[in-house]
Amino acid sequence: MEQFLGFALPGVPYGCTYALVAVCLVLTYQATGVFNFAFGAQAFASAFIFTYLTQYHDWSGWEAFLLSVVVMGPVMGYAFDRFIFRHIPNSNSTAKLVCGLALLVGIPSLLPVIFGPQNLDATATIFPFFNPNVVYFTIGSGDFGTPINGIYLSTISVTVVVLILLTILLRFTSLGLQMRGAVESRRLVQLDGINANGVVALAWIISSFMAALAGVLLAPVYGNFNSDEFVTLTVTAIAAAAWAMLRSLPIAAGVAVLIGVVTTVLQGYIPPNSFWNAAVVPSIPFFAIAAALLILPGLRNLDSSRDPLATIDPPPVPIAASARAPSMDRIIRSLWYVVLVAFIVSMLTWMPITWETVFNNGLTLSIICLSVTLITGMAGQLSLCQATFAGIGAFTAAVLSVHLGFNFLVGGLIGAALAAVVAVILALLSLRLRGLGLALMTLAAALLFDSTAFNDIWVTGGAQGTSLQSKWLGTSAFFDFDGHAMFILSISVLAVAVFIVLLVRRGTVGRNLAAMRGSETATAGLGVNPTWQRIVVFALSGAIAGVGGVLYSIQQQHVSPDDWNTTFSLVLVVLVVTTSVNTVEGAIQAGIGLFVVEQLLTYLPSRFGGPSLTIVLFAFGALTYAQHPEGVLEYQKRRSTMRFERLFFAREAEAEDRKARAMSASGANG
Amino acid sequence: MADVEPLLRLHGVCKSFGGIQAVHTISFDVAPGESVGLVGPNGAGKTTLFNCVCGQLRPEAGDIVFDGMPLLGLPTYKRARMGIGRTYQRVEVFTDMSVRDHLMVAERSRQGEGRLWRDLLNMSKPKKEEMDRVEATLELVGISHLADTSVNALGLGHCRLVELARALAAEPKILLADEPSSGLDLHETSEVAAVLRTVQRERGTAVLLVEHDLAMVAEVVDRAVVMDLGAMLFAGSFDECMADPAVREAYLGQMGLA
Repeated sequence: MEQFLGFALPGVPYGCTYALVAVCLVLTYQATGVFNFAFGAQAFASAFIFTYLTQYHDWSGWEAFLLSVVVMGPVMGYAFDRFIFRHIPNSNSTAKLVCGLALLVGIPSLLPVIFGPQNLDATATIFPFFNPNVVYFTIGSGDFGTPINGIYLSTISVTVVVLILLTILLRFTSLGLQMRGAVESRRLVQLDGINANGVVALAWIISSFMAALAGVLLAPVYGNFNSDEFVTLTVTAIAAAAWAMLRSLPIAAGVAVLIGVVTTVLQGYIPPNSFWNAAVVPSIPFFAIAAALLILPGLRNLDSSRDPLATIDPPPVPIAASARAPSMDRIIRSLWYVVLVAFIVSMLTWMPITWETVFNNGLTLSIICLSVTLITGMAGQLSLCQATFAGIGAFTAAVLSVHLGFNFLVGGLIGAALAAVVAVILALLSLRLRGLGLALMTLAAALLFDSTAFNDIWVTGGAQGTSLQSKWLGTSAFFDFDGHAMFILSISVLAVAVFIVLLVRRGTVGRNLAAMRGSETATAGLGVNPTWQRIVVFALSGAIAGVGGVLYSIQQQHVSPDDWNTTFSLVLVVLVVTTSVNTVEGAIQAGIGLFVVEQLLTYLPSRFGGPSLTIVLFAFGALTYAQHPEGVLEYQKRRSTMRFERLFFAREAEAEDRKARAMSASGANG
Repeated sequence: MADVEPLLRLHGVCKSFGGIQAVHTISFDVAPGESVGLVGPNGAGKTTLFNCVCGQLRPEAGDIVFDGMPLLGLPTYKRARMGIGRTYQRVEVFTDMSVRDHLMVAERSRQGEGRLWRDLLNMSKPKKEEMDRVEATLELVGISHLADTSVNALGLGHCRLVELARALAAEPKILLADEPSSGLDLHETSEVAAVLRTVQRERGTAVLLVEHDLAMVAEVVDRAVVMDLGAMLFAGSFDECMADPAVREAYLGQMGLA
């Protein structure tokens, strides 16, 4: 028993910080309808600032706590509500998820840009409530006695106090009642004379304060910390919140503590250097999320709440290509062909190797981005494991080459098929899940692969990955950039992938998917099998991502687990959403844009160079999804098109007619 | 009608939500080409019964047989392919899609099509006969002029007509119409009634109509089934229904009996 307690008790502080973030998730969801993926990032930001100030600027713990938690936490929460989430209609759950993901990806990347790369060691910080270095008492005795220090006491006492206060707030105060009312429709409760924006902003302030508090509490537990640990914090908190069905604060807190305890108990009992320790322990949040989603029917309809006043929202705008005048359309199409030919000729003739590499990277990434277009743009669902599918393709090709002597390209085709199979299994597991539920399930799947297959040295060749050898490809041409073989291969495969996506979109499957986006009930009521349509789109998306992963690995000349982790899956969604998730050119612009921007930023001072600022820029772009769900680039295209039309095609009868129809349409809806 | 094998047969259908018995041992038949009104006050269980027939809800007891085949256990899409069409109490249209595309989805699903390989071989372009059938249905419902308009730009009344046209495009053997006149003005209501009569008489489509507008029900149906609080109150001709004291009380309270 003492041994068990010796393993279990160290899990309590972890569990309590998970509980704080889980409670934040539930509170925000209950009060605003937003499932805020960014709480982990907010916790990281506060912990980062707190540690930075105490470690490098000799601030006292209380001063740093005041700024990083009491001031920064609520300010972040208010700003997120005021400038982002307030503008998202209640019924648009995808926009809420996307903005949360953009913050989750963007905030940790923004901090090194502002402060420079930092090596933070949180053990040196002054703990705000209890001294972490003082053992206040010991539970048990002998070898298995567990010393209870300030970290234990701080996290447990803070969690208990916060939980009690929040439960009282939500259940027994009129403010709590107003918060629960505002979740369905801010506009509706405003008609009852309630300042709904104020109520919701307060919910954001409270929950963000708690996220900041959790970050500062957890930092000394981790010691030398980085943002990945806070992703784990978020995911574990998500698992706990899921078991609470995003409703019950005590259940969320209880499950979070349980996960913390189970984690340290398993770590204690499973041999430390075994595969099981490396694979099972980090997978606990996955199993917790997956089990909750499969067992609890209440989680299947998380997005079913509809704003009764949603009909007063303007209709979504059409994509630029479908709204422009025929003459304009012809000109733009011709220009695209000219640009394409010029691009190909340039790549084959005068393009410097640096930029050819940039564009080759972009072309291969574009193929993976196309898989996001299929799932999110066409099927209207958010998948957070597209990088995992790409990784399955790449690692399968590598494993077949290393262990069985297959040609890497042949292995890549097998890998793409395997990625499709995994995608189908995932689709079958999540048949009843939509929106947030599906996003969480795919996130959990990505985490599972991160901690199992992608963490196995036989598959990956170790943390550094496997370097590709030209003999695996049967030629060294793909490693010789002067020969342009890689460019020809990339653009050919991209063209085929684009062609496939366009054919599917224009075909029956594409039309059925579009119908399912509008109403799955009505689509099934017409005789369309939604399960089959979903399996088809997942399989195709997995296969395309797998092929993209193989080509991307050839271009990088190595296959590394870091290339295909969960964070990269989130980045992929943010990238494509920023450009346009509804069009194939959006995927291409996302893929190429990432590397072009990254290359351009290398000309700036070193702090701004590298991937961090690039990701920040795209994350900020994704935050505009609320106002421009068609993508910020697509929005700019539409504006430019309209200006151009006004200048040159104002007298075209067809354009006038089209505009008149659009105006009457607005009138009909208004 | 009594000698004809029923197209839809409900026998002892029960459905409850928690402790509330939404549908309680409902039994009635609908013959091929027959038009039956399913009427009753709000909360009577009419839409729940529709959901049981279409497969969106699973009844706890009873049998539902369509065209000689038991429906229980079949998913919604298979029931639709057997010939059950439906419109919805709360309008269910496909956001962002044009009216014509709505009907094209129905047209293709009627044929059970939606194969990926056909799309990939570019064999999924709408055929002339498909387009003709879609045009005919648009014309029947009177919304040909809206064919290329996105439903985002349509008001509630037009969306109801799109729903009706979409259901008819699948050429169902029976149409379950759930409050099709809700949100429509008098003129639009009479147009919908005319369409329902036309499809019943010319196409031989059976109609099971849930409707609060009793004038429209009288105009469309051959007979009526009255439900109240989940139970079946009366079945017979529409005039008999309206003359029945229990029905009048359910609809109009004690005032109706005066």
